[in-house]
Amino acid sequence: MSLDPRLSQRIAKTLLWAMTVLTVAVLVFIIFFILRKGLPALSLEFLTKNPVDMGKGGGIFSTVIGTIVLTALAILIATPLGVGTAIYLTEYTWENAVTRVIRFGAECLAGIPSIIFGLFGFILFVTKLGFGWSILSGGLTLAFMILPTIIRTSEEAIKSVPAAYRQVSFSLGGTKWQTVTRVVLPSALPGIVTGIILSVGRSIGETAAVIFTAGSALRLPTSLFSSTRTMAVHFYILAREGISMSRAYGTAAVLIIAIMAVNIATYCLMNKFIKKYS
Amino acid sequence: MNRLERKDRLVRLTLLVVAFSAVSILAVITVFMFEQGTPVMFKYGLKNFLAGSDWYPSEKSFGLWPMIVGSIYVTFGAMVIGVPFGLACAIVLTEFSSKHVRRVIKPMIELLAGIPSVVYGFMGVVILVPFIRQTFGGPGLSVLAASIILGIMILPTIISISVDSIRAISPAYREGSIALGATKWQTVRMVVLPAARSGIIASIILGMGRAIGETMAVIMIAGNAVSVPRSILSPVRTLTSNIALEMGYAAGEHRQALFATGVILFIIIMVLNTVANVTSSRRNRVKG
Repeated sequence: MSLDPRLSQRIAKTLLWAMTVLTVAVLVFIIFFILRKGLPALSLEFLTKNPVDMGKGGGIFSTVIGTIVLTALAILIATPLGVGTAIYLTEYTWENAVTRVIRFGAECLAGIPSIIFGLFGFILFVTKLGFGWSILSGGLTLAFMILPTIIRTSEEAIKSVPAAYRQVSFSLGGTKWQTVTRVVLPSALPGIVTGIILSVGRSIGETAAVIFTAGSALRLPTSLFSSTRTMAVHFYILAREGISMSRAYGTAAVLIIAIMAVNIATYCLMNKFIKKYS
Repeated sequence: MNRLERKDRLVRLTLLVVAFSAVSILAVITVFMFEQGTPVMFKYGLKNFLAGSDWYPSEKSFGLWPMIVGSIYVTFGAMVIGVPFGLACAIVLTEFSSKHVRRVIKPMIELLAGIPSVVYGFMGVVILVPFIRQTFGGPGLSVLAASIILGIMILPTIISISVDSIRAISPAYREGSIALGATKWQTVRMVVLPAARSGIIASIILGMGRAIGETMAVIMIAGNAVSVPRSILSPVRTLTSNIALEMGYAAGEHRQALFATGVILFIIIMVLNTVANVTSSRRNRVKG
């Protein structure tokens, strides 16, 4: 059967567009649904009061703190490793067997499901090393999980710095390290920060890797060895055990707003970065 | 050798060590998973583990067959939904949309990737599961519910990698086809998609890996019953849910059996990763 090519193009185009619109509609629906149900529960009190009675009452303050501390620790550990790897791959070597192994390792790590990270973190940090369910265990596990993202985005950012910048630095007698720290890194900074913000987003939303390593204590953490509960874990427990639907929606709304803020920040930074070098 | 040169060599050495962090972490994870998971596997027999259909950890009966089948079902279901929609979005974004439209849709797809999996699971619980229960009957918590939610969750992976691979093909291909009088759609179907094939396949495989590995969303909507599902409306338990559901209280051999579940999951993921990696690197080589 041969259809008129112009007609078949119209049909295809309509169908493809319909599917795209449906996809975007799903996203818009999820966001509106969560915000509409969750925003009424939000108040300053909700954000600044600790949960009472397993989350039936009170707010989510300790889980906000838990999320921030855990994410900060993960970023603090993963950033030097990730950026260091990216610098090595782009500035200190050429494509060879070693870089292929490093890249393959990073790609595989990126594909490992978070539940495996959770299992691994549990057995290594929580039990073998004796850190217990703690911010330290959770932070290390999350750091391992976000490392591939930071490596990849940093590498792309560093690669996009024009070669001329480096040549000028070398011609002025700068060493490799001086060139990297004073010329390349400052120019690549927005791109690197973009990767870090993306990782913040992943850490905020993560549940499976965190629940088995950081635990789910509702108290405010007092040290690196305190167990803590993140917002995502809190939301999961509230919703799954039917503790308080209004507070579950409220927590979900805070999560969604945080993720949207992260995405908007990434988008703006990325645009600025792209404009600068093209 | 002066001070600066010595410092530079030290820096190079440090960076080399740092650069191996990802590989070392991967190696440590592999070692730990196998060390924890394989003894119990061999103690009770690999065949019983993989093909046994009874999972009664308290009676030392560790058959993972229902979970393996469960993971395959929901992943396949997710592909049925995710692949056509993902490719449609990728084609629209690269071929059938203006720059302005793209600037709106692209960030929204990225946002879709950022939504936490617990939120997807929750949407499944409050919207999709009741809908399935009322429309098709059954418990609602089902293969179907898990497939739909996972299908949505893998869209960003499929879209972003497909878009990249479609963008990467040489404009000469398109121009040649258009110059021969082909319509845009004919060009897409006969020139663009075949040329971007390996990247698209890689995107689908990576999406598959995401679907198999997803845990929290699946736990909330799949029902988690340990039996091979009879229809798409039956509840199902996946490998990932099996780990997450029981990890909280498991001890001794039960815990090791959960690690064994992790080992199987790990092997599946590594195979998928390697295949995706090989497919996309072949593409790069062809392009020179």
